[in-house]
Formats: sequence, C-alpha cells, structure tokens
Amino acid sequence: MLKVESLAFGFPGRTIGRDVSFSLSDGEVMCVLGPNGGGKTTLFRTVLGLLAKHSGSIALEGQSIETLSRSEIAKLIGYVPQGHSGYFAYTVRDFVLMGRTAHLGIFSSPSKKDFDVADRALASLGMAQLAERPITEVSGGERQLALVARALAQEPRLLVLDEPTASLDFGNQVRVLERIAALARTGISILFSSHDPDHAFLCAQRALLLAEGRALEIGTPLEVIRPDTLQRLYGVSVQVLALAGGGHTCLPAIGS
Amino acid sequence: MNSRALTYVLAAAALLGLTALAFAVGRYPVSLGEIVSLLAAKLTGSTHNLPANVETVVMQVRGPRVLAALVVGASLAAAGTAYQGMFRNPLVSPDILGVSTGAALGAVLGIFLSLGILFIQLFAFAGGLVAVGLVYWIGSRLRGHDPLLALVLTGVVIGTLLGSVIALLKYLADPYNQLPAITYWLLGSLASISPRDLSVAAPLALLGLAPMLLLRWRMNLLALPDDEARALGVDTRKLRTIVVAAATLMTAAAVAVSGIIGWIGLLIPHAARLLVGPDIGRLLPLAMLLGAAFLLAVDTLCRTIATIEVPPGVLTALIGTPFFLWLFALSRRSW
Repeated sequence: MLKVESLAFGFPGRTIGRDVSFSLSDGEVMCVLGPNGGGKTTLFRTVLGLLAKHSGSIALEGQSIETLSRSEIAKLIGYVPQGHSGYFAYTVRDFVLMGRTAHLGIFSSPSKKDFDVADRALASLGMAQLAERPITEVSGGERQLALVARALAQEPRLLVLDEPTASLDFGNQVRVLERIAALARTGISILFSSHDPDHAFLCAQRALLLAEGRALEIGTPLEVIRPDTLQRLYGVSVQVLALAGGGHTCLPAIGS
Repeated sequence: MNSRALTYVLAAAALLGLTALAFAVGRYPVSLGEIVSLLAAKLTGSTHNLPANVETVVMQVRGPRVLAALVVGASLAAAGTAYQGMFRNPLVSPDILGVSTGAALGAVLGIFLSLGILFIQLFAFAGGLVAVGLVYWIGSRLRGHDPLLALVLTGVVIGTLLGSVIALLKYLADPYNQLPAITYWLLGSLASISPRDLSVAAPLALLGLAPMLLLRWRMNLLALPDDEARALGVDTRKLRTIVVAAATLMTAAAVAVSGIIGWIGLLIPHAARLLVGPDIGRLLPLAMLLGAAFLLAVDTLCRTIATIEVPPGVLTALIGTPFFLWLFALSRRSW
C-alpha cells in the first residue's frame, strides 16, 4: 500500500529528517513514536504530499506520489490532523461531507450517496446524534472524532492520524484506538502517531521510533519498545512489563 | 416551510417591498398604482395614459439608480462572502487585497488628469484589478509563509502605498475643480449612474458571480486550514486564484460605477452567516439579497432625508458600526 524509501523530508531549505524507510501493507497498523519536535508531523505531511520530499521515494499502491494529483491522493489517503479550533460554524454533517470532495466533480455538490457515506462514517463512530450540531460547539473529543469521520468519508485505503488521542480523555482515547483496530480489520492501512508507547502495544503491528528526524528502530512493538530505546527517545527510565493476561505495558520509573 | 426557507422568502419580500418604495418616494412622489400600470404597459408593450413626468422619473431617474443599488449591494455582499470564507475570518471585507484602494487611485488619477467620466470609470476598474493582481503576485512569491497571511500582509502594505499616492494626488490636485470631485468619488454615490454605466457593470458583476455559483460547494473547503483542504483533494492555490479573481471582478465593477461604499461587504455576509450558517451555497444567495436590500434602503434614505444628497458611504458607516458591534456581541464565539 505505502512504501517509503530513504526519505529525506523537511521544509523548503531546511531538512529535518533523513534516511527513513518503511512500508505498510493492507490492514497493517503502524504507530510512530518520538519526542516533541522529532519530525512526526513533518513526516506525515510529506507522506501526504503536502510538503515536497527532499530526496528518496514515496509510493502509494506502486505509484510515485509526485505523479498523483491532489484528488487522486485524497482518494487513497485520509488525513486526520491535530486538533484545530478556528473552524466556521459548519454543522458536523457538512464538515464530514467535505471528506467527499475528491469523489465529486469540480462544480458538483454532494449527492444523496455522499450524504449516506458521511452519515455512515458518523454512525460508525457513535456520532450520529451530533450531525446537526455546529462543529464549533462540540467538545474537543467530539471534534477529533468528527475529523476521523471526515477522513473515513474519503473512503481511503490508508488513514494517517496525527496524534489522534492527544486532546482526548481516557475513555475517548480507548475508543479511538478501538476504532483504529476495527478499521484495520476491514483492510485499511493505518499510520498514526502517539505520545504513549502503550498505544503501540494496544493496536499496532509495527512501531517506528523517530528521533531527530531519523528512524531509530522499526519493527514489532515488542521488538523496538525497550527500556534502552525509550531512554534514548525520551531521556527517561521506563520499565516494559509483560502482563499476566497477555500484552505489554510501559511503566515509567519515577524517583528511583 | 422550515425556518431557513422562511429566511429567504422574507429577505426576497423585503427586497421587493423596498424596490417598490424606492421607485415611489423622492422629490417627485409616484404612487404604487402608477408604477404598476407603467410596468404593465412596458411589459405588454401597450400605451399608457400616465403623465410624461412619471415615465421620466421612473425610467430615467430612479430606474438606473435603483438597479445600480441592487447590483452594487449584491456584488459587494457576494465578494465579501467569498473573501470571509477564504480568509476564515468574519471581519474581512472585499477590499482586503486592495481592490477599493486600487480603484480609488485609478479614479483619482483619472480626475487629476481631467479625463471624462468613462475614462475615470475605466481607470477605477483597471486600478482595482491591477492592485489585486500586484498583491496576489507578490504574496504568492513570498514562499515559506502561510499563503493567506502572506496575501493579507502584502495587501495591507500595498494598500498603504497606494493610499499615500492618493494623498499625493489630492495634495497636487486643483482645489476648486478636482479636489471636490475626488472627495465626492471617494465617498461613493449612486446619484449620477447612467443606464450605460449599468449595462457595463452588471455583466461584469455577473461574470464574477458565475464561478462563485459554480464552485459554491468547493469554496467551503477554503475555510479549512490549507493542509486540510489539500489533503481532502482541493488544489487550493488554483481555487483561491479563481475566487480572488471572481470577487475582485465583482468588486471592481461595482466600485467603478459607485465609488467606495464601505461596510456592506463586511457587515452583510456576517449577518447572513448568522441566519443560515457558513455553507456558501446557502449563504451566497441570502447575502446577495440582503446586500441589495441594504444598499437600496441606504441610498433611498440618502436622497430623501435631507435637501442635499447624503453620501451613502457615510450612512452605511453610521448604520454599520452599531449594527456590527451588536452582531459581534450577539454571536459570542461561533461565527
């Protein structure tokens, strides 16, 4: 689905990351972990073609990203950016409908079918009852879910979520991770970033540790999330514990 | 009927009523019956037995002026709607990229060179287009910044530059002949609009309106942050260029015949958004109805409340300022 090779990325005139290679197959979930300013958002924007890559290659379903138009990319990748609050007071439904843009002709408005897709996307996130509310008047967590619904309305093959759990309470974090796992089971590939290594244990098959723009480690969460890598990534001591019922969790060591 | 449909119906009814009123009142009052029978005679091509004065007042004096108020008001409101959506800011007016200042400089230059009215209008129109073209060209070359911010800041500095050229021309102008004409133009007026002015300005305004109507749904995405709109499949640079060109054409066409009439492009889209929400497809028609009605009401007041004509720009500001503050207080944080 997605193949990134020896990618160097950054802003015009300023490279902030290099030598990043990874690939993602259908239905695979990859979690990108790394400190603030480590280049996660910039990497995602480059994969989406929003920033021009500096060198290397990015291929979507075998096609190089430079050869694809904005609307072709939008049909393949749905993007859930970090929260933003300055929207006009569109209703949640109108907001989610904007996800249909790439499927519409340039002069067209959404049809019945597009409304159905948007409503289904909202319903799948348990947001149906908020459809008529202005996006400016829902909670931060609901707005985040509306952004996910908008990306789902694109009917993409790959979903890129930039810290989808950042502004959410504990319950909503779990719900978003559950949705990520459920979406992956339908065959959508998922690339998301998080500040919590446990999120990789919970729902990702692979983890990418990104520090100062370079891929420190890449592999299964269990392979790459270790006390020594977390120490290098975040500069803190962390234990990785195996849980009795299966799975793993990270426990920071405070004051020891 | 739902409340949204009712809003359009009420706005259209208000516009119709105001139009009838505008034809009726003035120094030479005409009754509604006379207007209706004149209109019926004109439509069916039959003759009427009304006084010749009535026909002259309705067809020659008030007709062009009323139509001009409708066209200019609707154009400014439409352009303001497009710009407020695009700049994601409800406090933006159509002249943010310098179209009015450019048009003013063109007109002032025309007056300064003692050109005829046709050339003054042509200069105003061209001045508006050139100013925005210049701002857009410079703004889009400032890479590495948020494209909208680059555009707005370029608009501000170029606007200031053009403003000082206008000030220089006023300083150099003949204080007895040219300066009053310049001042009069800068305050805006619909008093001297001829049918020929309208026959040029109205098609140009329609030419600007057409892409906005066609792109009405897609324009909504310009209200999102640039990255989001692009990730959703919009070529924002191309779409923004089209919208700026369309809004500039509408504004320049309006300003060239009416002079600078402020507040409409700022106030009306904002009020309309509070009534029907930000979706351009729903907002644009209502903003145009309200813009046309507002300017018609203002212009009718301008020619009836005093023995001399009050410049409409003064009246729009007098009405607009408190109204805007009231809207602002009313709307809290949700635009």
